[in-house]
Amino acid sequence: MASEPLLSLESVSQVFTSRRGEIPAVRDVSLDLAAGTVLCLVGESGSGKTTTARIAAGLNRPTGGTVRFAGRDVWGGDRTAFREFRRSVQYVHQDPYASLNPIRTVFATLAGPMRRHRLVANRDEAWQKASELLERVDLTPPENFLTKYPHQLSGGQRQRVAVARALTLGPKLIIADESTSMLDVSIRISLLAMLSRLSTDLGVAFLFITHDLALAKYFGRDGDIAVMYLGRVVEYGPTREVIGTPRHPYTRALLAAIPEPDPELNARKRSAGSLLRSMDTPSLLRLPTGCTFHPRCPSWVEGECDVSVPRLEALDADARHEVACPPVLRQEADAAVPALSEQDGTG
Amino acid sequence: MTDEPVLAVRDLVVEYRTPAGPVRAVRGASFDLYEGESLALVGESGCGKTTLGLALLRLLPRLGSTPHGEVRYRRADGSTVDLLTMRKEQLRRFRWHEAAMVFQGAMNALNPVLRVQDQMYDTIRAHRSMSASAARKRCHEVLDMVRLEPRRVMPSYPHELSGGMRQRVLIAMALLLSPRVLVLDEPTTALDILTQRSIVDVLQELRRELGFAMVFVTHDLALAAELADRVATMYAGRIVELGDSRDVFAAPRHPYTAGLIRAVPPAVGEATEISSIPGGPPSLAALPPGCPFSVRCGLSAEVGDGDGPAGVCVQADPELTRTGERHEVACHYSDRVEFTREVVVDGV
Repeated sequence: MASEPLLSLESVSQVFTSRRGEIPAVRDVSLDLAAGTVLCLVGESGSGKTTTARIAAGLNRPTGGTVRFAGRDVWGGDRTAFREFRRSVQYVHQDPYASLNPIRTVFATLAGPMRRHRLVANRDEAWQKASELLERVDLTPPENFLTKYPHQLSGGQRQRVAVARALTLGPKLIIADESTSMLDVSIRISLLAMLSRLSTDLGVAFLFITHDLALAKYFGRDGDIAVMYLGRVVEYGPTREVIGTPRHPYTRALLAAIPEPDPELNARKRSAGSLLRSMDTPSLLRLPTGCTFHPRCPSWVEGECDVSVPRLEALDADARHEVACPPVLRQEADAAVPALSEQDGTG
Repeated sequence: MTDEPVLAVRDLVVEYRTPAGPVRAVRGASFDLYEGESLALVGESGCGKTTLGLALLRLLPRLGSTPHGEVRYRRADGSTVDLLTMRKEQLRRFRWHEAAMVFQGAMNALNPVLRVQDQMYDTIRAHRSMSASAARKRCHEVLDMVRLEPRRVMPSYPHELSGGMRQRVLIAMALLLSPRVLVLDEPTTALDILTQRSIVDVLQELRRELGFAMVFVTHDLALAAELADRVATMYAGRIVELGDSRDVFAAPRHPYTAGLIRAVPPAVGEATEISSIPGGPPSLAALPPGCPFSVRCGLSAEVGDGDGPAGVCVQADPELTRTGERHEVACHYSDRVEFTREVVVDGV
């Protein structure tokens, strides 16, 4: 990426301390997000995607590494920079039933942050601005919604209000944490279409967190994706490439596991057989040695995968597609120079 | 497999009492479930699918009632009985023995203060006189079936298990007394992708081995495509389409089913067109006249020439009508539903 990223995580780590020991929720994660683009974080529960999102939002201070926003270290002690960062990054939670205050009307919910940050002079102006925001999120006509309480709205409408609230301070980055997972399929797609439009119209960047690869692929098709497993990024690159030709055995297993709305295709997928050696995700308290995926990996190499911790490496020098799996990387390297190896006979 | 269905539902109506008067959540559902068959009830929230699932075993909450209809169950000996007229004691013996319910495991379907083994023993003891060692053996058997380690799971409390393990415990419990019918509510919702996959695999395998029939409620169309032999789409308390899942997913004949399928982005390949259905489901307390889907229906608007829904759609709620050998649809214009879902896939 030529331009300076809007947000960058530089080998951030987060260790939580519990009674049962230290929990390494996020380990050595580096991600870049350019202004106006989409980065999807996918993984299962316990993969560290939500913790990473909270670090990106400034809600958690990482125990290691650096978070830069517009080039500045946000935990570096500069309070203006930190405030600026917190205002520019907004979080939309998973559960619209829990994230809105039940005793506040939609107007009060939207006007609160505007007043607190003195973006509006009086109530009329706040009303005007709140109406504009509701139109942005397709809650029209706004008068019908401004006086409503959350319990009078459907799940999809609440989530739109939550997005409108995130927009009140003119953010540069919105972090959407499983924001559509509680909604019905048909509503989900229209909400995602609305978010995509915000990204184009307002130039807002999105960090989109989901366990649903199909959804990540749909929403983040022009952006990047990072696949996380047990606190580490195992595959990272342009969404189209990662989902189109997944390289890490974990990404491949995830993709193969997703059922499609097509019985014939499912039957074909199923006949390919299971791709994992074990169904159980190891505990963060007792992580396997070496590559943490090796006890489940169908193509692990004894003596290598259970010993050394793999690093993310680009598939080839000019690719942005990175994989943390040495056997896969070796295969790629071999495949890239077939002519050469045939000639000198070493293979 | 015999020709007689194991469960025959006829014109079933379910009402909930509310302060504003009774609300019909299921408005006359009819379908057959055959031995060993798997039927999916799909639809958006509030369409009545869970209510219908609960009504099949008479597990409705207290404010719910079934003023009309029949749920006829055929025993292994061929005799039949209407569940809705069963007396309490009869019903108690029917549940778990003949048909069992699997609730959504991620939620609070297990008692949090009892060990798994105690909940399992309770279930056995309430229905059968069995020695402690025989009960223990049976628990081991069913836990093995769902690929759980009995020694690890039995002495655990529910909170010590992962969501996927809890769901598998619930399936195992449902199997304790070898029922012939299983009703599952959102069996994979709120679980991780790989965990979902293992639940699906377990259910497929068990169905092959044990031959029970199952009805499962889901909002996930892909799951229905994976796990169901037949699919019933519900909208506003009615079944609006019912057919073999291959037919329904390849050529849906109801615009609502077509819309639901179009709204699912594929994981593999590129879909040419992903779109949502405009609007939301109507309130069951205030249904629009005629076909309740007409206000959201693109096809009806097309036929109506931009003047809102076509006349007949507003005048009459269409009946479920046979359109193919094993395919029924409730739509005035089912012959005009056009559906293509082109997914460009290479090398699956």
